[in-house]
Amino acid sequence: MVPPTRLKAFLNEAGDIARFTSRYFLQGSRPRYEFRELIRQCYIIGYNSFPLVGLTGFIMGLVLTMQLRPSLVVYGVESQLPIMVGIAIVREIGPVITALIFAGKIASSMGAELGSMKVTEQIDAMEVSGTNPFKYLVVTRVAASTLMLPVLVILGDAISLFGSFVGINIRSTTSFSLFFRQIIDNFGFGDVLPAYIKTYLFGFAVGIIGCYKGYNSRKGTEGVGKAANSAVVISSIFIFVIDLIVVQITDLLGLN
Amino acid sequence: MKIPRPYQPDLPPQPGLQPQPLAQLAAPEDNVIVIKNLCKSFGPHVVLKDFNLTVRKEENVVVLGRSGVGKSVLIKCIIGLLRPDSGQILVFDRNVPDLDHEELDRIRAKVGFLFQSNALYDSMTVRANLEFPLRRHWIKTSQSEIDVLVKEVLENVGLPETADMMPEELSGGMRKRIALARTLILKPEIILYDEPTTGLDPITGREISRLIIEMQKKYHTASIIISHDMNCVKMTSDRIALLMDGKCYAQGPYEKLMSSPDKNIHPFFE
Repeated sequence: MVPPTRLKAFLNEAGDIARFTSRYFLQGSRPRYEFRELIRQCYIIGYNSFPLVGLTGFIMGLVLTMQLRPSLVVYGVESQLPIMVGIAIVREIGPVITALIFAGKIASSMGAELGSMKVTEQIDAMEVSGTNPFKYLVVTRVAASTLMLPVLVILGDAISLFGSFVGINIRSTTSFSLFFRQIIDNFGFGDVLPAYIKTYLFGFAVGIIGCYKGYNSRKGTEGVGKAANSAVVISSIFIFVIDLIVVQITDLLGLN
Repeated sequence: MKIPRPYQPDLPPQPGLQPQPLAQLAAPEDNVIVIKNLCKSFGPHVVLKDFNLTVRKEENVVVLGRSGVGKSVLIKCIIGLLRPDSGQILVFDRNVPDLDHEELDRIRAKVGFLFQSNALYDSMTVRANLEFPLRRHWIKTSQSEIDVLVKEVLENVGLPETADMMPEELSGGMRKRIALARTLILKPEIILYDEPTTGLDPITGREISRLIIEMQKKYHTASIIISHDMNCVKMTSDRIALLMDGKCYAQGPYEKLMSSPDKNIHPFFE
């Protein structure tokens, strides 16, 4: 049984995250809008994460193809390999793995950056400089994270499928156009849209948890380390929970 | 020109030091900060309890007190970073706790704050650090005007060559100067210094104290300086306010307090 103090701490934390999220919507919907900082954050979060997402996507596609191939060969359905890998990558593995990598890179950096700004009084300095630090730091980062993860997932999926194409061509031969026609011809609306929508939710969760942990960091430099660490752990858990909920909803809607 | 101030200590009754209410010493229009019955607690811990203080135009008031007594809390209440439980903080005759965000920002444009840790934005260059408050307060919009101001404040603090450096490339003393430059760029009428010489060697500490005096003369600012460094206190103070048990226990010029026989005051000057 969970001890009452730990349960209370968990509920307090959940309440604080909910309050932080409602503050995000409240402050984000009111002017002054920080467009310049939002674009800067989109560049930092999106562009700078692309090499990592691209590399892991390529390896993921390649490895998945090489590991699936022997099983399909046994049943004589090797020709279905592009379809299987394509659906697995686009529907589930691409969004989830990219979001987890994104969480590892972005949530930790948000937690550490905002935490360090907090303990070195930079957030207070911003406030006395006529800036609403929540809008300038949190709203822009969460919005950038929400907008950039779907873009990264699309690019990551494409690179992953290319990795799969390379994987197939290691043992057998298929043309680039045939490989992609096989995948695209077998994709339906229900394969792409739910997977795409959930990436926005993943991006939002990573941004809000990273910023929440950093913005509420305490206990000096030790607190900064803890903020970065717990930002990754909690946002990763959120990614799986959101994935579970979205799959249940799409199942109920008959999209699976 | 500096206004001559007839200093009178506000001390507990003792031989040779007669308390006199500050209200009698200066016309109300000379006061830039008036703090009345300020109270602030954190949970059960009472930090400020009926604290009173007045700061006049172009006056340097040093707030002295033991560590953890609430000196930084006091100036954070003045700038609106902390909300007091009760009492009034009149800055340019506006009660800070009653102000909305816009009004508070207008007051903050006139009140500089030098943080103990300098609080330079470590992801920005020195130039971007200096430009930040100007852009955020919508004070100067043209780049040429901003460039002139950045150059001017960097020259004033003696670091004109650092504009394109990152804060991490600067020494502790240089960072303090840049933090002061960032405070001065808005040409504030009041500056709040939170332990400006803490963590610096005695020579650099003296240089910073000298710089505070120079800048005060140049920009005609009033200041509240939080400090434990008695060299800094002696050099910069027009008046010292001693914060003890949440109240302003005593106030007066350095020499008067130093010669006080009061057992609570004397240890600070040993």
